[in-house]
Parts: sequence; C-alpha cells; structure tokens
Amino acid sequence: MTNETKYETHEHDVLIIGAGGAGLRAAIEAMAAGARVAVVSKSLLGKAHTVMAEGGIAAAMANVDKADSWSTHFRDTMRGGKLMNNWRMAQLHAQEAPDRVRELEQWGALFDRTSDGDILQRAFGGHTFKRLCHVGDRTGLEMIRTLQDRGVQLGVDVFMECTIIRLLTDGNRVVGAFGYWREQGRFVVLKAKSVVMATGGIGKAWRVTSNSWEYTGDGMALAYDAGAELLDMEFVQFHPTGMVWPPGVQGILVTEAVRGEGGMLRNKNGERFMEKYDPQRMELSTRDVVARSIYTEVREGRGSEHGGAYLDISHKPADYVKQKLPSMYHQFKELADVDITKGPMEVGPTCHYMMGGIRVEAETAASSLPGLFAAGEAAAGLHGANRLGGNSLSDLLVFGRRAGIGAAAFANKTSAPSIDPAQITEAERDMVAPFDRGEGENPYSVHRDLQEVMQNLVGIFRVAEDMDKAMVELEKLKQRAAKVRVEGSRLFNPGWHLSNDLKSMLTVSEAVTRSAVARKESRGAHSRIDFPKLDEQTWGKQHNVITRDGDRMKLQQVPVDAVPDKLLELLAEEK
Amino acid sequence: MAASRSSVVPAAAGRTLRRDAWWLESVPVWILMGGFSLYATFRAFEGKFYESAPYLSPFYSPLIDPQHHWLPLWFSPAMLILAFPLGFRATCYYYRKALYRAFLLDPPACAVGENPQRKYRGEAKFPFILQNTHRYFLYGAIVFLCFLWYDALRAFWFPGPDQKLHFGIGLGSLVLLVNIVLLSCYLFSCHSLRHLIGGNLDCFSCTAFNLKRHGAWKKASFLNERHMIFAWASLISVGFADFYVRMVSSGMIKDLRIL
Amino acid sequence: MADAILEVFRGNQEAGGAKQYTVPIAPGMVVLDALHYIQGHLEPDLAVRWNCKAGKCGSCSAEVNGRPRLTCKTRMDALPTDKPITVYPMKSFPVIKDLVTDVSWNYRVNKKIPPFTPKPNTEWKMYQEDVDRVQEFRKCIECFLCQDVCHVVRDHHMKEEFGGPRFFVRVASLEMHPLDNVSRTKLLKNELGIGYCNITKCCTEVCPEEIKITDNAIIPLKERVVDEFYDPILKLVRKIRGTAKAE
Ligand SMILES: Cc1cc2nc3c(=O)[nH]c(=O)nc-3n(C[C@H](O)[C@H](O)[C@H](O)COP(=O)(O)OP(=O)(O)OC[C@H]3O[C@@H](n4cnc5c(N)ncnc54)[C@H](O)[C@@H]3O)c2cc1C
Ligand code: SF4
Ligand code: SF4
Ligand code: FES
Ligand code: FES
Repeated sequence: MTNETKYETHEHDVLIIGAGGAGLRAAIEAMAAGARVAVVSKSLLGKAHTVMAEGGIAAAMANVDKADSWSTHFRDTMRGGKLMNNWRMAQLHAQEAPDRVRELEQWGALFDRTSDGDILQRAFGGHTFKRLCHVGDRTGLEMIRTLQDRGVQLGVDVFMECTIIRLLTDGNRVVGAFGYWREQGRFVVLKAKSVVMATGGIGKAWRVTSNSWEYTGDGMALAYDAGAELLDMEFVQFHPTGMVWPPGVQGILVTEAVRGEGGMLRNKNGERFMEKYDPQRMELSTRDVVARSIYTEVREGRGSEHGGAYLDISHKPADYVKQKLPSMYHQFKELADVDITKGPMEVGPTCHYMMGGIRVEAETAASSLPGLFAAGEAAAGLHGANRLGGNSLSDLLVFGRRAGIGAAAFANKTSAPSIDPAQITEAERDMVAPFDRGEGENPYSVHRDLQEVMQNLVGIFRVAEDMDKAMVELEKLKQRAAKVRVEGSRLFNPGWHLSNDLKSMLTVSEAVTRSAVARKESRGAHSRIDFPKLDEQTWGKQHNVITRDGDRMKLQQVPVDAVPDKLLELLAEEK
Repeated sequence: MAASRSSVVPAAAGRTLRRDAWWLESVPVWILMGGFSLYATFRAFEGKFYESAPYLSPFYSPLIDPQHHWLPLWFSPAMLILAFPLGFRATCYYYRKALYRAFLLDPPACAVGENPQRKYRGEAKFPFILQNTHRYFLYGAIVFLCFLWYDALRAFWFPGPDQKLHFGIGLGSLVLLVNIVLLSCYLFSCHSLRHLIGGNLDCFSCTAFNLKRHGAWKKASFLNERHMIFAWASLISVGFADFYVRMVSSGMIKDLRIL
Repeated sequence: MADAILEVFRGNQEAGGAKQYTVPIAPGMVVLDALHYIQGHLEPDLAVRWNCKAGKCGSCSAEVNGRPRLTCKTRMDALPTDKPITVYPMKSFPVIKDLVTDVSWNYRVNKKIPPFTPKPNTEWKMYQEDVDRVQEFRKCIECFLCQDVCHVVRDHHMKEEFGGPRFFVRVASLEMHPLDNVSRTKLLKNELGIGYCNITKCCTEVCPEEIKITDNAIIPLKERVVDEFYDPILKLVRKIRGTAKAE
C-alpha cells in the first residue's frame, strides 16, 4: 500500500460515476439509505447531457388521456424496442415512472400544467397516449436542476471536472476508481465499496451527432475493461431530426416535440412522405422508422436543399410555437436564420442514443461484476432495439433510484475495499505516455478519422462489406491512437483529455461494429441492407453480449428472457 | 481558491475591451435630465405664470396658498410640490438605474471598468438605502395624480362671459390630457405598485380574490415592461405642459381654441 | 472563403497574454466553432469549456469583443472583421487556463440558499398562472454571464458579501413558488447582500435565456425585503395581526 499515499485519496461507501439524471438520482437514493456518497463528472455540475433533453419524461400518469395506464406504456415500450427489451425492466419502468415524476415535483420541479392543476402531458412518437410530462422544450434542464439541488441539499460530495480512467478491482469485485482532475491534471484515487456507472452514451464516435464531447462511451469501456458484459451494442439510435444547415450546427437536435405538437415532414416536392412509410402514425412513428424514411427520401433524390427533409410547424399560431418550443425557436433563429413560426426547418438523421450498454439485472441494476452497478444510457436492456422518445428521462429516474438502492445495500454488507497499487501505476503510466512521445499524431486528427469511419460505414443503413472495412479501419485507428502525442502541460489540456477518450471510443466502436456484423437481420435501429427483414426465428430470440478475453473482444449470444404469459397477453392486445 | 481577481484585464475606470461606443448610452440621460433639472429649478423659483384659466401648470398643482397668506414671499409653492414628484422619480427603480450609470458611473456601462479604489456600498447603506422608501413616494404620487386628473378635466371647462363654465377644447386641454395619461401610465407601471397589486403573492389561484389580483398584476406587468418609455415620455410631457401654460399665461402665445 | 483573425487569451494565473490565430470562416459559424478549429488544427491544448453547442448547458461563456457571451451562440458573421475578434475568459472569475475560469464561488453561494420546502400535507395541485412566473426563472442555464458582468462582483470584488444575480433568480424561483413555505428575505438582505445591487441591469442585458433578471426577479425581491425590513406601516400591521412567515 506504499504507493497509495502518493495520490489524493477519498473513501466513500458508494461512488457514482456520472452526474446526469441517472447518477444524481442514484446519489439521492443512496444518501437516503444512509451511505456516504460521491458523484464524479467530467463537466461542471448541471452540465451533463440530461440538461439538453427537451421533449419530456414519459410516465403513464393519465392526466390528459385518462385511458392511459402502465400496461399501455409497457406495451408501447416493448413494441418500440421490437421485443429485444428486458421485459422486467420495461415493466418496472412503466409501473414506477409516474411516482418518480411526482417525486420531482415534490422536490421543486415545475412542469407545465393542465387546466385541472396537474402535470401536462404531450404526444410523442410511438406512445399510444399523450404521456410526456414536460416543461416547454427544456424538460431535461428542469430535471437535472431539481436533482442537483436535492443532492446538494442532502450533502453529496461532488467531484466536478474529474475524469475516471480506470475502475479498480480486487479480484473481480469493483472497489473504486482512478481518475484525474481536468483542471490541474493531478490524479485522484476514489475508493468505494460499490460503484454506479452512469456515464451516458457514445455518440461522439460519429461525425453527425446530437451528443457532446462527453459522450465517448467511457463507462461502457471502463466496465468492459474491468470484465463486465456489454449487451446489444449494435442498437444505436439515429434521431430522425437533427439540424443539417449551417455546417457548424449539423447534428444538433431538433426535439421530437416539434412533431408531437403537430409538425409535418415534407420532401422537396412538398409531399408528406410519411404517408408512404407509416400511414397510421405518420410523423409520430417510432424514431427508427422516421429516420430511415428521411434517409431514403434523401438518397432517392427528394431531399431538401442541404440534404435533409423539411419539418414544418408554421401552420400553428406563432405564439403557441414560441410558448411550446421556445428553445427550438431561438436555436433556429440564432443559429440558422430560420423563423420556425414562418417557415420550415431542414432536418436530417443524427446519432443520438445508445440502447446497448452495460448488461444489468432489472431489480437492482447490478452488472455482472460484484460491486458494479449501472443506470441510465450507460446501461442496456430497457429499450431493446429502439428507444421511444421520453423513455430515457424516466429510465434515469426509475433505474437511477434502483441503482442507488442496490449500490447502498451492497456497500452495507461488504467490507472496506483494498486497492491494488499496481493497477494505479499502470493507469497513470498509460495516461501520461502521450506527453513523453517525441513525435506522434495530434489526437484530434485520429478522432476525425474515427468519426468518418463510423459515420460512413456503421451508420443508419449497414451492410457486411462496409462493416468489415470498418473493422480493418478501427484496427488501424487503434494503432494510431496508441501513438498520439500531446503538447503543453497537464493543466486543463483538452488535447490530452481527448487522447484518453479516444481509447473508450475505439472500444465501444469496435463493440458496436462486431455486434452489428453478427446480427444478420434488421430490427429497430439496426438496419441491414443485406438482411432487410426481421428474423424472429434466430435473432428474435438472442442478444449479443461482448466481453473482454485478454486483449481480445469476445462476442457471444445469449437467449432473450421469455416474457411471462400474463404480460404476453398485454402485448398481444390491440390499443 | 486563488485570488478572486483574474490577471487578464487590469482594473481601471473606463477600461474595457468593448469596441462599440458604450458611452453613447448615457448621452440622452445627460441631456434630458440636465435640461429638465435646469428648467424645473428655474420654474420653481419663478413663482408666476402658472395659471391661465382653465389651465393650471402641473408644477403648481394643487394650488397652495397662491396669495402667499402664509408662505413667505420668496418661497414658491412649486418648491413644495416639486419635491414630491422629484422624490418619486429619484427613487424610481428605472431612474435609479439611469442615474447610477450616467452620473455616478457605477458602472459607466456594462463590462466597462470602474474606479477600483472607490468604496462601494450600493443601496445597502446610507445614502442610497433610502431608495427603499419608494413606495411611500408612490402613495404620495397617487394623491398628486388625482389633483392632476382634476386639473386636466377642468381644462375642458372654459369660463364664459356669463360667469359659468362651458365645455370646450383648447390646445392646452389636449396638452394637459396627454400629460396626465402619460403620467398615469408611468405611475401604473411602477414596480412598487406592481408588487402591491399582486407581485407580493406566491399563489394566485389559491383564493378568488388572489385570482382577481393576478389579473391586475398581469396588466401592471404589461405596463411595467414599458416603464422606461413612460418615465421619459411623462418627464418630457410634464415639462412641456408647464412650458405651454407658462407661454399662454405670460402672454407669449395665445391658446389655440379648437372647440 | 474569407478568414477571420481571433485574438484569444492564452495563459493561466501566473502568466498569459493574447495570441492571434487565423481561422477560415464557414457559413453560419459561431465563435465556439472557431475555437474548435484552433484546437483541432493549430493548438490542441487550447482550454475551453463547452457541452451542447446549442445554448442549453451554459458551459461556453467567455467575453467576445469585450462582451460576455455564450460562444456557441455568437455568430462570426455578426462580428466586425476589420479588427481581430477578441476572446477572453470571464473577468470576474480567476483564470485556470485560457478561457477556462474557476467558477466554484457560484456553487458555494448556491449552498447558502435553503431548498424548496413545501408545507406538510401539501396537495400537489398547481395552475399555469402560478407557475408561469417561476418558470421564467427556472430557464436559467447557469452560464454565470450575469455573475461575470455584474459590477458588484466584477469591479468591487464583493464575493463574500454578495450573492449575484444568478442567485437572486434562484431565490426568486423559490420565494415565488406557489407551494414553498419558507422565507428567504433575511438571507437576501444579509448573506446575499441584495442591497448591493443597484439595479443597473447589466445582468439582464447579457442573459442568454432572456430572463428579465432585474425587473422580474431582483426588483420584486427588493420589494419583499422592503416589506419585511423597511416598511414601518407593514411592520405595525404584522405586529397587530401577529403574522410572520417562518424562516
Ligand atoms: C439533445 C438531446 C435531447 C434529448 N431529449 C430527450 C427527451 O426529450 N426525453 C428523453 O427521455 N430523453 C432525451 N434525450 C436522451 C437523454 O437526455 C439522455 O439519454 C440522458 O440524459 C442520459 O442521462 P444519463 O444520466 O445516463 O447520462 P448523462 O446525463 O449524459 O450524464 C453522464 C455523466 O457522466 C459523466 N461522465 C462520463 N464519462 C465520465 C468519466 N470517464 N469520468 C467521470 N464522469 C464521466 C459526465 O460528465 C456526465 O456527468 C435527449 C438527448 C439529447 C442529446
Ligand atoms: S442589476 Fe444588480 S445584480 Fe444585475 S448587474 Fe446590475 S448590480 Fe448586478
Ligand atoms: S440568469 Fe441568465 S445570465 Fe445568469 S446564469 Fe442564468 S442564464 Fe446565465
Ligand atoms: S419604479 Fe419607477 S415609478 Fe416606481
Ligand atoms: S456549449 Fe452549451 S451553452 Fe454553449
């Protein structure tokens, strides 16, 4: 243990990596269970991705549509996920979401109201009823601020701008994490009896994405390195409506609420093309369908000026649009010179959400490694092959809470962790290596090339030859990433930070590609040109699971859990 | 935490990286406030030409002891009267902003440096803590406003040769009417009034009466957004109204009778 | 396409100065894009915070041509190109490196504010007219531009005595919450020093969320402070009635 004193060290019962909705909700619950809790985040507190969520939180509260109930929500989620979902997670999620939303209100959140004084709900793609609790189009901000204030009030220790680069293990039990302060570049050891991964998604590996620099898949990569299982990594959601013009804003999200409030999609000939692809649900079809429809229109030469589709809400009164979609109004006005109350927006698909991730148990959010839990976008299971809009924020609340309970309970019954200094030394050596290289590439150029590979070869439509090419390219990129060089000091050095994030992105990119090659069918967000149909016989019954085998990535298939008969009946029912 | 000052741009009065002519913002304030103060002071001491039936200058309304029965001769009643609107305006949230910026350079403009040596107390200590009395000036102003409405309405009733009052419209009637409307807008857009009317409630829907106050508060808020405009417009109009009465009263011009 | 010249502050607490970079302009480009261009092509260690690139997270605050702004919402084509465009860190906070500043003071102030506290046995009904006012305040993205521009912090360095506009907005959101049951007026007057604000409105001018900070949050709060501390008549009324809100 001699080595340990060299580093700043903190000890907690529960360590939560990620200060988004899932991490904060877990922290609150673990605190309530009496644990000492630390939350770590790469950005400042309150800036995690959750803050950007716009449209709303899905919860069957039946405030607007009285016929709504958890069973309909369950059915919508399962159908949206093309039955690849963990049924138990989908059930818990549908049952518990309303209480979790009410809790937010009791902690000070202010949702838009119905005329009866209840929480107002709006329509969203794939949801049978009006189900999304919202605050204009800044629901995520309301949610993260509420959770953040609650957490601070309860006295959670927050480590802001601190990046975790390695999970520390004792045997196969997770006993803490090792990271560095982004500001000063100093290392820090965080010991804990249990760890919750709530690090969000992986979108930054694609060029056109709604995700920020934070979304480099760290949590999944760290868990994978430590030995955890990654589930269904091929299911990457492309949101149908991202901005396409001007170039600087390409990929920035245009909330689904625009369609929820009545927005219509048209091609350059003015045709409402969703009539062709999903005449029933039209614009409010599921995201995979709408994204593919837009993509197809563009590919067949009916795209908008800058290669997208037109999304129009200007038939609604200007004041209504400004009240219901204020940030969209400003976003287009200020960044694209478009007044959405007067004319259409140009939109196109953008990499948005990761359905796959760390494999967890439904009730406790425990991963396959003792002491490691996962929740939010970093975890897999709830959404299956395609996530419905609004189901992520409710996922964060429901499973964030469960992870908090699970992690606190685990911490309660285990002994204090002991740390292996060799793991720390190794992680530190890898981290500082880029400074010592006499020459090497700039990490930014490796990142740019990675984004091109994933964008062009593992995008919305996939085909074996492209993906085989991608595998070769990823191998080359790995070599290059291992040789990047960074300049300057350790003081807040983004180039250095990226040199490390590249490793995570490469790990998850490989996992996505491998799983995508294996799944020889089209299901939800995973569309194969060479296998355009659902294959219920084989692939409808199995998940892809990725694990680490020494230095190699191992891919296996495991059977999908059978849905109990009672719930099967629910699924079979029509509306 | 390190020292609370960044080492980037040294502190000094007027120091800024702004490229625009930030000092231009204050020019209208200097001109209007300066001009009005000079004129008002002159008029306050002048002590005559404030009435020309049926017009009464707003500087001298209500008429207090015009014959100087008890006021000493050197003391113009306008001094008494002007003190109130002056106090009302000086403690007005909008004028406070304009004056602190334009005259005390506190700050000269946004993101423009101030003298770092000066001790700053804001409105937390004497003298500016007295700004908190604004609502009392508001109460006073409401009383004055009633007198001025009376004057403005009376300006439509001209004394005839038969010793009776006859309805009529002169240019002066309109001047006084516009003035009183602008003054009312200024007063009804006051922040303190907005607070009093409903801003001090937390829950509007809790009682039926609160719901009524919510309606009033919404209206006050609508006006309040335009408080700055009304502040300047009513300042100009009140000065002009007095000027007009003075011109007519001193015989410099003749009132234009419209009806 | 045309080029622009950016003059960016580079350095830390110990040493630093402006450095110029030439950046090609693309249509619709914002200042943050230009900074990313510098990072990606010229100097990979240029430190800048950002997350959403869409004006939603409040990370990318800096001073562009001397004005506090979100760099992700400041269009290059709105800036004059005859002289270099200056990009400096927020002046009111200590520099860590380049455009990144130490904003921890804000998080410390926040901790002083008692959280939302509903009455026991609250019935959770609220109507739109009750929440409208508060929802404006809850739009705040914590960019801290208002804290940066406020002269009480910027020029008078009163970080101990003063809470700053962001936190008046936050207190307003709690004080005017229809179901909240504690009073924070004493806190406002003493710990948060609302009296130091001389309502000169620079905070309102810079707020990217267009929150009317001064008119809708600070002045109404000042009026509430007057109710509590400076209005003898109201004090008397409260005494006679024996009513006062819990703290
Ligand atoms: C623009 C946009 C709009 C959206 N709108 C909606 C919507 O309307 N409804 C909906 O349900 N969903 C929506 N989503 C999806 C949803 O917002 C996200 O999936 C969700 O917020 C993820 O939350 P999280 O808690 O899992 O992770 P995040 O909120 O992203 O938090 C991740 C945290 O992990 C930290 N972290 C990551 N790596 C490390 C590391 N190595 N070390 C330390 N900390 C680390 C980060 O700093 C961050 O604090 C939207 C997403 C986007 C991008
Ligand atoms: S109005 Fe008050 S809080 Fe806002 S900038 Fe001016 S002094 Fe600061
Ligand atoms: S009030 Fe406005 S300027 Fe201040 S931190 Fe919030 S969003 Fe930024
Ligand atoms: S605030 Fe201007 S008159 Fe009261
Ligand atoms: S990057 Fe989020 S506000 Fe600018």
